[in-house]
Amino acid sequence: MLKEFIGKQSVKVKNVIERGAVKKFAVAIGDAHPIFIDEEYGKASRYKTNIAPPTFPRVLEFGRIEGLVLPEKGLIHGEQIFNYERPIRVGEVIYCYSKVENYVEKKGSTGSMGFLTISENGEDVKGELIFSSKIIVIITEAVRKEMLA
Amino acid sequence: MNSLINIQIGDSLQNLQLPPVSRMDLIKYSGASNDYNPIHTIDDEAHKAGLPGVIAHGMWTMGNLAKLFTPFYEEGYIQTYSIRFRNMVFLNDVITLKATLKEINENVLTFDVAAYNQHDKHVIKGNVIFIKYK
Repeated sequence: MLKEFIGKQSVKVKNVIERGAVKKFAVAIGDAHPIFIDEEYGKASRYKTNIAPPTFPRVLEFGRIEGLVLPEKGLIHGEQIFNYERPIRVGEVIYCYSKVENYVEKKGSTGSMGFLTISENGEDVKGELIFSSKIIVIITEAVRKEMLA
Repeated sequence: MNSLINIQIGDSLQNLQLPPVSRMDLIKYSGASNDYNPIHTIDDEAHKAGLPGVIAHGMWTMGNLAKLFTPFYEEGYIQTYSIRFRNMVFLNDVITLKATLKEINENVLTFDVAAYNQHDKHVIKGNVIFIKYK
């Protein structure tokens, strides 16, 4: 049933990279470096502004893929990949969307495991890609049965 | 290491040992990331999910590991950061972060990166491709 979602994507969502959100995130990962949080330091840097940590896109909104409802519990985050054209800048506008890239099932010792690959992508106002990320979620047979119920 | 200019294959960035993982670390990360899955903060929910106790968000550990590269943003940026989640992180675990240069190709530096716990078990493992500005 998840296979039919391959290729489907969300409508792009406008996100503004908020200074406060970046600071809160940097602090939460124990990385309150001035390149992320100090305005003057950012201005003097090669980026002319503060930037966001590479895992920050987890905070952004990527929109809903129509019809795709994943359980809130029982998913296993297997892999995570971020690719950047350049760092994210504080204050910029990014249009984000997610897409179902792949779904496969593999037999394992505890039944068949589902591997769902979702991409989360961010573009600037001109439509140029800033980052793309891939999330591989492992969905056990038991959790899939609950999804059908 | 203050700069990546003279880094050689096999060199490591400064290892970093984190303070023991606290519930407050995970509460803060839940708020900052909007990931409120209760298995990361509430014992009862973790038990219901069959876990011995709350576990850290994989992304909390991945976020922490990236900070080995934060001192070098004037020299370049992280182009690719790829991680496999290998083992769970529990409260009071002591996590050590590590990055070792594996390959140099002109201005492209490929690092093996990992976080491991007090039992020397990898909790996350992967690569960082760091592009140096020309």
